[in-house]
Amino acid sequence: MMSLGPHAAFIVSAYAAALVIVMALIAWVALDRRYLTRMLEELEAQGITRRRTARP
Amino acid sequence: MTMMTAVTLIDLANPSRFLALTNRLSPWLAAATCLAFAVGLSGAYFAPDDYQQGATVKIMFIHVPAAWLGLFGWLLMSVAGLGTLVWRHPLADVAAKAAAPLGAAFTLMCLITGSLWGRPMWGTYWVWDARLTSELVLLLMYLGVIALWRTIDEPTRAARIVAVLTLVGAINIPIIKFSVDWWNTLHQPASVLRVGGSTIHPTILTPLIVMLIAFTLLFVTLHLGAMRNEIVRRRVRSLLMMQASAAAGS
Repeated sequence: MMSLGPHAAFIVSAYAAALVIVMALIAWVALDRRYLTRMLEELEAQGITRRRTARP
Repeated sequence: MTMMTAVTLIDLANPSRFLALTNRLSPWLAAATCLAFAVGLSGAYFAPDDYQQGATVKIMFIHVPAAWLGLFGWLLMSVAGLGTLVWRHPLADVAAKAAAPLGAAFTLMCLITGSLWGRPMWGTYWVWDARLTSELVLLLMYLGVIALWRTIDEPTRAARIVAVLTLVGAINIPIIKFSVDWWNTLHQPASVLRVGGSTIHPTILTPLIVMLIAFTLLFVTLHLGAMRNEIVRRRVRSLLMMQASAAAGS
């Protein structure tokens, strides 16, 4: 096991913070994609497309 | 510019073709990012301690790439800003809007990891020296740009205003880079990119460069994903407007 010396808490905290930020960015892109894809599918299912809008 | 390059750029101006390209590229970019991080992190793990910093030098393997991406994000937004104002490229404002949260996140990462390195090395988490202050200003500028995008509903109008603000704010990039040369700062001078070559020993420099590549690949992968989302968001927005106008007309 690697020894991080007397400042191990600072090193581990820095890597943990970086991991949290990277995971938050990945989650932001992935969840936004899922939400927008669902919105687009719902609108298209209602017959609303860029070429024609369904009228009741 | 060759005819081939011109044709490729024109092709990319079409959002549908851009989406198809990102869908093909994204898995390869994600795989390359994972591979680069595996190599970079194992190199960081086995890198020797620094003769002055001890094991805290390991923080540099994330701090330096985060600092680079904070600057890279703003440079990317500046080029995109030119694309919006001068060439009115349809994807330029999409690229700028997608880059802002990424740049802000990596600037925040730079500030946090820098503080966690500074406490054991300098005896303080924070000092108002030129490098740290200009980096904090960069984060505030990113937050301002994100707020502006959210404030103005009409994307094209928002893009023009943000482009002007971004190009004005680009003056902070050389200030950040050269602050350690222009002023007497607690932050050490440049040691990776400097005239006369790097001052870092190859056993630490090599994994640092691999980590720089890994983080840059991560940024590009996330940026393409965020650009794709922004294009779809604009489609959803135009469909919702069509739905609203159809409802008003019926």
